[in-house]
Amino acid sequence: MDTKALRRIAYERRLEVLEMVHRTGSGHIGGDMSCMDALVTLFYEVMDVEKRRANAPDADHFVLSKGHCAEALYTVLADRGFFPKERLQTYAQFGTKLAEHPTHGLEGVDVATGALGHGFPVACGMALGKKRDKMPGHIYTLMGDGEQAEGSVWEAVMFAAKYELDNLTAIVDRNHLQISGTTEEVMPLGDLGARYAAFGWNVVGCSGHDYAAMQKAFLTRAPGRPTAVILDTVKGKGSPIMENKAEWHHLIPNDAQYEAIRADLLRAAEEG
Amino acid sequence: MAKVSCRKAICARILELARQDPRIWAVCTDSRGSVTIGAMAEELPEQFVELGIAEQNAVAVAAGLALTGKTVFACGPACFLAARAYEQVKVDVAYNRTDVKILGVSAGVSYGPLGCTHTSLHDFASMRSLPNLEVIAPSDAVQARAVADYLVSHRGPAYVRMGRGDVEAVYGEGEPFEMGKAKTVREGGDVTLIACGEMVWHAKEAASLLEREGISARVLDLFFLKPADEDAIRRAARETGAIVTVEEHSVNGGLGELVTHVVCADCPVPVRALGFPDEETLVGKSGDLFSHYGLTAEHIAAAARGVIAQKEGRRT
Repeated sequence: MDTKALRRIAYERRLEVLEMVHRTGSGHIGGDMSCMDALVTLFYEVMDVEKRRANAPDADHFVLSKGHCAEALYTVLADRGFFPKERLQTYAQFGTKLAEHPTHGLEGVDVATGALGHGFPVACGMALGKKRDKMPGHIYTLMGDGEQAEGSVWEAVMFAAKYELDNLTAIVDRNHLQISGTTEEVMPLGDLGARYAAFGWNVVGCSGHDYAAMQKAFLTRAPGRPTAVILDTVKGKGSPIMENKAEWHHLIPNDAQYEAIRADLLRAAEEG
Repeated sequence: MAKVSCRKAICARILELARQDPRIWAVCTDSRGSVTIGAMAEELPEQFVELGIAEQNAVAVAAGLALTGKTVFACGPACFLAARAYEQVKVDVAYNRTDVKILGVSAGVSYGPLGCTHTSLHDFASMRSLPNLEVIAPSDAVQARAVADYLVSHRGPAYVRMGRGDVEAVYGEGEPFEMGKAKTVREGGDVTLIACGEMVWHAKEAASLLEREGISARVLDLFFLKPADEDAIRRAARETGAIVTVEEHSVNGGLGELVTHVVCADCPVPVRALGFPDEETLVGKSGDLFSHYGLTAEHIAAAARGVIAQKEGRRT
């Protein structure tokens, strides 16, 4: 697909997220917006979604390690036919499978996540299992940059290098913000790519809002080495009301903000 | 019968089963020696994964491997797996219902001389409270082998808790066990001694002491703490009218509370719960600690006399 088409898809999904978050008063809209372009690139251009839907043994798999951006993933899964779109209406409601963090047993979700620093190590186990089985299919996982402070992340970084998990790509949504402020104030990450490289990873960096660059980055492979893709992103991407503001990590837009953000997203969808 | 540790027995059986089934894997935390799973690492390296001293990652990776169709034994000292990696057990294993069996070895006060960093006297409480997770504490080598067979034939999360030392045989070779049910070690009508893990042998010894006094003690091995055989507990209360529980665990949240919960709800009778008190455990070998904290056959027999007196309305 060309950039214009992907952009339209991504902003349609952003609009769905905005609606879900505003309607239910639940969610983490800032991170949803920063990682949406990456999710769209993965699910519409990079991964073999047909195989995954059919639960083929050689399918590509995706683990949302930053589980708090579940609503972004849900809009993509619904649009890609994993479950009916009507189910998005149940998001965060009593008894739903669509919790504010991905739940086990939901179509397209291999593993429930939400406690940070879990999805990535689990994805490493999946990658090792597939690798030793000589089973094709790539494992992708998406982490937040605030999540990088979890010690379990670095246990997994060492592990993936030791076991030469070249069927694993760990993507970091480097939006530079977390609940309390910038990552550099809260717990500095410095040159995050250099840190992964120092542990023996193949490292690629690009804009997390450039579909063509991401497509190339996500398909980068290095024999015998896992790949980290550090995405430079904007938290709250799509509306100046939210962009680069830490409080929009999990703010809920009021009615006026909702209308203004919606107008911004509709405009951005057309810009392509 | 020669004394054999539960950890050696279960790992020997896991290796036998893994030879026949390439989907049976083990992950380890620089602990293959203490777990006694080194032979599997040597013989079946493609089914073995060394994680290093990284319990959180070990359990998470085990869950990931399970998602690719393996039955994975995540092995290491119970004190670390049940504490450092507790969130991984809760989220990656129990909540996600991955086919991971946590093998916690050197549990309880096996590492008593190493101090309280190395005790695991909390793990029944923490593990029992996780939905989807079975909790099993084998009492001897014969039962540990049988538990290995069960674990590979039954999909789903489990926590298996075993001590370090060689243990006396409670059962003869080939003894059958019904998984999820209490095992009656001996029948008796005056009092029931309910134990799990290595305390079962101590309870059996206590029953022998009581027999000499003309007291008939039933001994139940509640090796499945979850699901617990509540019917056997209720029968014990109704038929013997007095119960003593014995566990190498804190008195908070373990076997004693489990039994008391059932008994109080359905058929109240006197229950005395023996275990470790809610205080920092002294340093020492497990045998010395059992003596100090009242977990020997003599202590169990004394507690039995106490609950029998209570049942009969006598002062103790």
